[in-house]
Amino acid sequence: MSTPQPAVVDTATAGSRDGGDAPTKRRPRTADRSHARDFSRGFVVKLVLMAVIDALGVYALFAAWNAEAWGIFAAMAALVLVANWVYFSRRALPLKYILPGLAFLLVFQIYVVAYTGYVAFTNYGDGHNSTKEQAIEALLIQNERRVEGSASYPLTVLADGDDLAFAIRTEDGDVRVGSAEEPLETVDDAVVQGGTVTEVPGYQVLDRQAVLARQNDVTNLRVPISDDPEDGSIRTQDARTGYAYTSTLVYDETADAMTDAATGTVYTPNDRGEFEADSGAKLGVGWRVGVGFENFTTAFSDSRYAQPFFKILLWTFAFAILSVATTFALGLFLAIVFNDERLRGRKVYRTLMILPYAIPGFLAALLWSGMLNRSYGFVNQVLLGGAQIGWLTDPVLAKVAVLGVNLWLGFPYMFLICTGALQSLPGDVLEAAKIDGAGRWRTLRSVTLPLLLVSTAPLLISSFAFNFNNFTLIYMLTGGGPRFADASVPLGHTDILISMVYSVSGIDGTASKNFGLASALSIIIFIIVGVVSAIAFRRTRKLEEIS
Amino acid sequence: MATDILTTSAPEATAELSQRMGFRRWARELGWRHLIGVIAVVYAGFPIVYVISSSLSEKGTLTGSNALFSQVSLANYTQLGQTRFWEWVGNTVVIASITAIGTVLMGAAAAYAFSRFRFSGRRVGLTTLLIIQMFPQMLAFVAIFLLLIALGNVIPGLGLNSRIALICIYLGGSLGVNTFLMYGFFNTIPRELDEAAKIDGATHTQIYWTIILRLVAPILAVVGLLSFISTFGEFIIARTVLQSEANWTLAVGLYNWVSDLLEANWGLFAAGAVISAIPVLALFLFLQKYIVGGLTAGSVKG
Repeated sequence: MSTPQPAVVDTATAGSRDGGDAPTKRRPRTADRSHARDFSRGFVVKLVLMAVIDALGVYALFAAWNAEAWGIFAAMAALVLVANWVYFSRRALPLKYILPGLAFLLVFQIYVVAYTGYVAFTNYGDGHNSTKEQAIEALLIQNERRVEGSASYPLTVLADGDDLAFAIRTEDGDVRVGSAEEPLETVDDAVVQGGTVTEVPGYQVLDRQAVLARQNDVTNLRVPISDDPEDGSIRTQDARTGYAYTSTLVYDETADAMTDAATGTVYTPNDRGEFEADSGAKLGVGWRVGVGFENFTTAFSDSRYAQPFFKILLWTFAFAILSVATTFALGLFLAIVFNDERLRGRKVYRTLMILPYAIPGFLAALLWSGMLNRSYGFVNQVLLGGAQIGWLTDPVLAKVAVLGVNLWLGFPYMFLICTGALQSLPGDVLEAAKIDGAGRWRTLRSVTLPLLLVSTAPLLISSFAFNFNNFTLIYMLTGGGPRFADASVPLGHTDILISMVYSVSGIDGTASKNFGLASALSIIIFIIVGVVSAIAFRRTRKLEEIS
Repeated sequence: MATDILTTSAPEATAELSQRMGFRRWARELGWRHLIGVIAVVYAGFPIVYVISSSLSEKGTLTGSNALFSQVSLANYTQLGQTRFWEWVGNTVVIASITAIGTVLMGAAAAYAFSRFRFSGRRVGLTTLLIIQMFPQMLAFVAIFLLLIALGNVIPGLGLNSRIALICIYLGGSLGVNTFLMYGFFNTIPRELDEAAKIDGATHTQIYWTIILRLVAPILAVVGLLSFISTFGEFIIARTVLQSEANWTLAVGLYNWVSDLLEANWGLFAAGAVISAIPVLALFLFLQKYIVGGLTAGSVKG
């Protein structure tokens, strides 16, 4: 997956030159001569690196071909071809430097953002996890029943490492072996004694004790009879006899309909990605289909989500703005206090004061979650003399606590940038203010602060964007809680948008998965943060620096 | 240790001054600053003192940790050896180091190209990077999760629960954030240097490796460090990708300790927190002057 560092190739050349390698040193070198045409040591190193990249690429191509993953196949092929072209052509000089980063950027940022956009318009989630083919296969397997009077076979449980397998003996005496992934296949050199299989090459025959130990795995194991799920499978209840199970559902490809063989009900696909009967009954497994803007309207108007969503949206803005405001105010105040050259021990104060900034944010959040514990925490027990204040469990106090902890975490950063900015203020302007008779407060308000904001505004806005998505702090400190009393979804008073996305996605297994809605919420955050940042860049004229 | 570039004090002058000043004037002009300084240091420092004290407490519970330094024992630290803590430390350090090195190499190479070469698509490329920078990668964790499921079916080493996949994801997010920071710094290196080297017969790669990279070392340190720190503390993607306990990073592991059983695990968590904070703290203090310079150049703690 990784692309070569062009630089690595060239170090070798550079090194050999520094070392005074005579033959290479004397060769004239002109600007239009590239390493690609130069059979130096660097070229050899490059050749080896590219060979490694190509080998990995070809391996990935074969793997993608086997897995029939055509998207990955196409992307890999493009990456390998472009890499070879870039590093062996004399034309693509800038790309040699940009490509390594660009490849990662394309796959793991641009692609995933685009894919988020796609998922936002689907009903991807629990019940709609896969493609239609996979859903049909899953339905056939899930609805397998033992058909009365169907064939039964003497069965032996086998193990191949951790994986279980079954060996059965057919009526005509053949031994067939298969596992969950491998359908049954005839094995010629198995040993049969007294009607049961006692030895199969490559497998270990499990004795009674071992079968009992893995009883659940054995009764859950399903060995397909062939590649076609409609042929059914072999299962066992007692580890001695295997029964053929076949699906009660039959899929008719031409009519694109599922028929229940037992009741005769016909299910046809609806536009929600499910099989639905005329009566309205649906089959449990669906597939993902596009649902247009439904996820977005759910966020704004579905009563289960809309109410928490607006509360959370409001709190997210409040949290981000107040976080920046409080940390900046404290940081600036301290920077002004310590901006006096006569003060002794300034270095010591500074170093001690920026310690919170050097502590990883997640540690600080976890640490404070313990200190603010209602019954046993340090704050209640020691600082407040045994008060039982619900810092993390009361809706209002939890918000105060979140802001307070973020103040502790964030003020050293603001202190640092304000100190830096204060010291780069032009002295003559301050002196002019003094001569004009401005007092300390007036100077601060009318001269220092405006000048300071010019240099710190971009940082304040990126700090806003950071806090807007400060997932770690919220998740580790309060977990979004306390929960909304009236909401049916697991969201709470201190949840911000990003932690709402995390809860809604169900990726941590605590709620049902709803990738579509989660992605739609992600897109909404993208837009908000993007708009705020765009305004920021406009204001600070950062774009003009591109020349 | 110190913020060198911030401090321009002249010790002799200060000493002289305080001798000349009466106590009243000292209190009015400097004394109150010391008072605020002490309060600020206490505010900044007491949680840290508390966690160190809890880590040394024998009881290891949250209640037992409230009396500061009532007991001093290394029980919690030795007990860490019976958990997966050190595996997590290893995972975190490896993942964060490789990410930091990769970020610096790829970001510097891209910034060099944008700063020194003139090619078609350069402006568009820079603007695109600026826009991409606005989209935090962590918001796309659902798509990342789905992408890794797909990749894992093809190349198991790059699927879910793979540390290599996690590094790749972090590297994917690195270019947008850091190239600009580096690009600005590269532009401050006079181009005459390259031209002189070119006239002397150096190739662009020689110029890059032997001249430019040495001159931009400060920004490389800042980017590397910020990348290390942010990877070290990254939680949402790490938790999405790394599923088995043996592969967890510190952020995921310690979170689980605290959220599972706050009461009983507290001493263990405190000991783990102290140890986890040390590498970042040490790096931070060691490279402080570079960071402070880098911050004013426009980066945020992640």
